[in-house]
Amino acid sequence: MATYTPRQAAGWATANLVVVVLALIPVLWLVSLSFKTPAAVLDPSLWPAAWTGGNYGGILTSSQFLRPLLNSIGIGLISTLISVVLASMAAYAVARLRFPGKSVLIGMALLIAMFPLIALVTPLFTIERALGLFNTWPGLIIPYVAFGLPLGIYTLSAFFREIPWELEKAAKVDGATPFQAFIRVIAPLAAPGMVTTAILVFLACWNDFLLAISFTSTIASRTAPAAMQYFSGGSVFTVPTGPIAAAAVVITIPIIIFVLFFQRRIVAGLTSGAVKG
Amino acid sequence: MSTNTQAVTTGAPTEAPPGRKAELSEGARAERRLGFMLIAPAVIVMLAVTAYPIVYAIYLSLERYNLAQPQDTKFIGFANYGAVLSSSYWWQALEVTVIITVFSVAITLVLGMLLAFVLHRTIFTRGLVRTVSLIPYGIVTVAAAYSWQYAWTPSQGYLSAAFNNSAPLTSQVEAIIVIIVAEIWKTTPFMGLLLLAGLSLVPEDLLKAAKVDGATAWQRFTKIMLPLMKPAILVALLFRTLDSFRIFDNIFILTQGSHGTGSVSILGYDNLFNALNLGIGSTISILIFICVAIIAVIFILGFGTAAPGSDIGRR
Repeated sequence: MATYTPRQAAGWATANLVVVVLALIPVLWLVSLSFKTPAAVLDPSLWPAAWTGGNYGGILTSSQFLRPLLNSIGIGLISTLISVVLASMAAYAVARLRFPGKSVLIGMALLIAMFPLIALVTPLFTIERALGLFNTWPGLIIPYVAFGLPLGIYTLSAFFREIPWELEKAAKVDGATPFQAFIRVIAPLAAPGMVTTAILVFLACWNDFLLAISFTSTIASRTAPAAMQYFSGGSVFTVPTGPIAAAAVVITIPIIIFVLFFQRRIVAGLTSGAVKG
Repeated sequence: MSTNTQAVTTGAPTEAPPGRKAELSEGARAERRLGFMLIAPAVIVMLAVTAYPIVYAIYLSLERYNLAQPQDTKFIGFANYGAVLSSSYWWQALEVTVIITVFSVAITLVLGMLLAFVLHRTIFTRGLVRTVSLIPYGIVTVAAAYSWQYAWTPSQGYLSAAFNNSAPLTSQVEAIIVIIVAEIWKTTPFMGLLLLAGLSLVPEDLLKAAKVDGATAWQRFTKIMLPLMKPAILVALLFRTLDSFRIFDNIFILTQGSHGTGSVSILGYDNLFNALNLGIGSTISILIFICVAIIAVIFILGFGTAAPGSDIGRR
């Protein structure tokens, strides 16, 4: 399409290089730290002077990390599943059906998406303790679903508007109820949008720290980001820097895999709800 | 999973439409009923986790309630608000939060715009650049915060070594700068992608025509691109501002709020989990909620930001 003079091409190439370097250096630094021996950690160079796999060996055999990692995966997947199912139902209604109160729902979703989480921590902490949900999986899943829903409703209603709805009409003409039309015809077409939404919601759950440290007290339900700070001073590890860096790398790997395989979907999902012409 | 089924069974009947609209056709009524049934579970979960706790927080904020002395719990009206608003801790935390928000959002806007241009104009390596720039967006904030913390640890980190073995996390101003840099690194890709979506709405022909008419690059940017991108920019700014105002993770890992670097979220957390003071903690929660509401109102009324999603269903 556009053609550049060599000079312009060099300029854009430099800009690209700057972007890549700036984005990657903090991540590569973590990788480097995670392979440094306890002695080499005290050397600020980006390339480890002495390599070891011991940091990974340490955390991957310690229940102090494995259990939280399992919690992160389990809580993230269950929250994502519930969020996407509930959000799909609501987004279908928003995109397709006529009923009063639609703008109230959208306004409420916006309000919750931007909610200052800390404002909920104190009352939810009290409520969860009273209900026996404190330090349990549901104690994190319920708020994660609540905060995944606005994201899901936005993204999915944007996707649902792009679906060829004549098919739904055709199904109704053929005698399907609106509910059957939803399950049999529209849901399969909506699958790509639902995958995108699932990724965004899962990333949000995977990333959460404030709720995770507030509503957990042991590794029974503590997620990986919340567990890392407790590596420090533990008798298992002599120097916590290496193990923490290794844990940080481990919880970053799923992100990198998602980004590599689904970058188009993630970009489409991020921008669908927010920018419209 | 239990919440899911529970919400559906308890919620659907109460949300059923009133039967008085007799003039509605059978089909329209069925559509309404289906609409309410489909949104009911989502609405119930969202209300249960946000609206109810906020009302409960208002109630708690009017009480003297410390978990260390539960027998001393008592309704005390607005005394907690007086205590917080006359405390220097609150005002310092608010000041730190506002400074971090203003600087990180402003710089992120400029850098995000540059990133959007790079992504927009790059031909050969667009996929690579976009993939790489998504990593800061996706990475767990805590993991990135550890990277920054170790990078600035004297005689251990590469950034500290590059800056004369400095220890910026131990002084207020420098630590706040480090926190702002960490925020910018993390959020610039998100801003860039939102702006890129706005940028792709600018017709290429319009830019070419302006160029033929002798408009400079700067004029094309300010007179054509910016006005056309205004909705995208305002929505991105609203998102980023409200998100930045609730900053917690980066500060918690980098400084734990020491040396006067705590944000309002850190202050609220400390009052709950270190002081065990539910009354004061709830008061801080409500005050943060009011601040966020004010920011949103300023954006929507002052700048004419369309609430994102407000046009859903109109098309």
